[in-house]
Amino acid sequence: MFETLSHLVLQQYWWIIVSLLGSVLVFLMFVQGGQTLLGNLGKNETERTILVNSLGRKWEFTFTTLVTFGGTFFASFPLFYASSFGGAYWVWILILFAFIIQAVSYEFRTKAGNFLGQKTYEAFLYINGLLGTILIGTAVGTFFTGSQFSLNTMNQVTWEGPARGLEAALNIQNLSLGLAVFFLSRILATLYFMNNVDEETIFTRSKRHLLINTVPFLVFFLFFLVRLMFIDGYAYNPETKIVHLEPYKYLHNFLDMPLVLAILLIGVVGVLYGIGISLLKNKCTKGIWFVGSGTILTVMSLFLIAGFNHTAFYPSSFDLQSSLTIENASSSKFTLTTMSYVSLMVPFVIAYMWYAWWSMNKKKINREELKTEDHLY
Amino acid sequence: MMETIYVKTGDPEWQKITRFWMKLFGINFAIGVATGIILEFEFGTNWSNYSWFVGDIFGAPLAIEGIMAFFMESTFIAIMFFGWNKVSKKFHLASSWLVAIGANLSALWILVANAWMQNPTGTAFNPETARNEMTSFWDVLLSPVAVNKFLHTITSGMVLASIFVIGVSAWFLLKKRETRMALRSITVASVFGLLASVSLALTGDGSAKQIAEVQPMKLAAMEGLYNGKNEAGLVAVGILNGKEKREAGEAFAVKLEMPKLLSWLAYSDPQHFVAGINDFTKGNAGQGILSIPEKVERGKIARQTLTDFKNAQSAGNLAKADSLKAKFYDKAFLDNNFKYFGYGFNDEVKYYVPNVPLTFYSFHIMVILGFGFMVFFALFLFFSARGELPQRKFWLWLAPWIIPLAYIASEAGWVVAELGRQPWTVQDLLPTVAAVTKLDTGTVMVTFILFAVTFTVLAIAEVNIMVKAIKHGPKNEGGTK
Repeated sequence: MFETLSHLVLQQYWWIIVSLLGSVLVFLMFVQGGQTLLGNLGKNETERTILVNSLGRKWEFTFTTLVTFGGTFFASFPLFYASSFGGAYWVWILILFAFIIQAVSYEFRTKAGNFLGQKTYEAFLYINGLLGTILIGTAVGTFFTGSQFSLNTMNQVTWEGPARGLEAALNIQNLSLGLAVFFLSRILATLYFMNNVDEETIFTRSKRHLLINTVPFLVFFLFFLVRLMFIDGYAYNPETKIVHLEPYKYLHNFLDMPLVLAILLIGVVGVLYGIGISLLKNKCTKGIWFVGSGTILTVMSLFLIAGFNHTAFYPSSFDLQSSLTIENASSSKFTLTTMSYVSLMVPFVIAYMWYAWWSMNKKKINREELKTEDHLY
Repeated sequence: MMETIYVKTGDPEWQKITRFWMKLFGINFAIGVATGIILEFEFGTNWSNYSWFVGDIFGAPLAIEGIMAFFMESTFIAIMFFGWNKVSKKFHLASSWLVAIGANLSALWILVANAWMQNPTGTAFNPETARNEMTSFWDVLLSPVAVNKFLHTITSGMVLASIFVIGVSAWFLLKKRETRMALRSITVASVFGLLASVSLALTGDGSAKQIAEVQPMKLAAMEGLYNGKNEAGLVAVGILNGKEKREAGEAFAVKLEMPKLLSWLAYSDPQHFVAGINDFTKGNAGQGILSIPEKVERGKIARQTLTDFKNAQSAGNLAKADSLKAKFYDKAFLDNNFKYFGYGFNDEVKYYVPNVPLTFYSFHIMVILGFGFMVFFALFLFFSARGELPQRKFWLWLAPWIIPLAYIASEAGWVVAELGRQPWTVQDLLPTVAAVTKLDTGTVMVTFILFAVTFTVLAIAEVNIMVKAIKHGPKNEGGTK
């Protein structure tokens, strides 16, 4: 059935999948946000242990989604993977490092003989939450602002930026997206704790920190979004494939694709509504679902305007014609077709994840529950 | 498996056993996750040209691995660890099995990718994009090298796990603690380990036959064979001479050789010719083997054709470009030139010879240990069946020391597989020099040191926690922290 589709349609299909995984990843980064809030929300050992264990049962979902997002991006758009990872070297190495130290921290934190001590592992979790969110947001920011690289005729990358990718953090547009992701992850974390943890004090503190983090989130996010509408974007001619700068390109993309605009608006409303009811209502635990799905939709719309409507999704500001588009960076038609069959399993995967999640969450986490649990972080 | 016994018999003792081993598994798993993600990132960061050259093939297994295997593993691992009190016994058991299946599936896909690098099949080179593109998914997946590699690797993991269980249990028996658990664990692990080590030997033999076919240079290095011959013998143990003497044909200072066995193992025919390293470097017309300089010539023509094609294209000379492009679809050109594409990157003959002593010793250490393990399992099974384990003090004392040997054996296996194929990233097509990202040495050094320090620290922490957890034993599981 996928054989009959054109290469372009397959490329679009895979861009949608990559976008979806990317947006689910941002939602699941509530784990990272939560890791940066352990000290703010947990004022004693028991409370912190409750928080860590609450996140500890979810961190692998986030981690796996990150790995799958990377793997899928590699598989469907290998030229992006080769150019960006090989080029913006230090950004990706730092992200990698932030996730390596996370991978051991939960398991090792309270174990006897852990060598570095509990505080160090908590610091690792904090670093992961801070760097993971900001750097991934910044890296995605370059999808709109461009990077300094060139490709030769064999499609091999040469990076022209001075700091192998770290220069991206000096761009205010990229950085504001990074910080927006960081504060959003903390918002999601407070809502997650309000839903998942059954402890009065933690609930109250979460609510307070929800407000504290919403303000900077809105500032950075709106700055990013509004400015995005006014900057020049990287467009390419569908016939000649020649890349050029187009004023108001991303605004045009929203206007040319009203469905994507609708996704953005519904997403933003969902986020605001979720935050609103959680702050205003007395005992609301449902906020996470609105903000979570709103996040997924919003991020998805951003990915879609980065890659659709003849836009270069990984532009080179150094050499326009080296810019990557979903057409020139993708895998061959045969590979995309084969993988499309595999993608049919995704709904099934989501179904069992949902079921597993649901059966684990039947009991909320509190002091009593932790006493009956033998596998503790 | 132990959990299956628990669910079947309902004996809580088995649940206790399961939980104890699971806890140790969890500690190990954390490190596994930490190293797994490095692999994924590094393909991009340090091997970017490679990522493009083979991304079309390599990416697919990786993505499938993510979608199918990782999610299965990470979803059900949560239930496996935290679900004892939350879900039914049967659902929990199913989850544990799914974690095991997921873990093996993820091994499958990454090994499929690795096998493709050793033996590229099911693909064709596309000059337009300057990369290899997949033409048959099933050829990539079911390539005999991939299937064999998968079986060999997972069985080696099973052997290692069994040795670990026996080693720890033996320690408990010596200390006269947890005797019941230790005895039962040893019974399960020695049966499992014996079966696994037998299939390990069988797949290892299959592996040797494949290497003889697709990577004969590696086989020669594994055996320290310089001058090829018929009725080649298998060196059981030996000490290699210095490089010059070896190249002159005197490879060994001391050796114990089993006549004709190498020919038989590699080609199922004791008379068969086995090519040596000198046959490859200097060529052997009688056996139809091209010398390295000849291959370099052919590879250079292939590379030049690609460059000419690209130049013609950018110069707008479409007629010339088309005729050059057509060559990449011409069978004669593919067989005579493109097949040696990777040789076009370097003129030096010695560049194409892997590190012989390293490959040779690693291979022999692996094989000797592998057979040793088989005997080890058989002995423990025998003692355990006769109920005389607690009296066999010497063997109980020895068992924990076998654990590091199991790690050494499996690392040695990877050394053979990965260093024995040097300089190739993708056999005959892409040498390592052409696969890497343009990075300055300082950058790579800093990254390397960063990782070396991190993992040394983490290794200390892991071993320390493991030892503490074992000493602590299973007695306090369930209830208290």
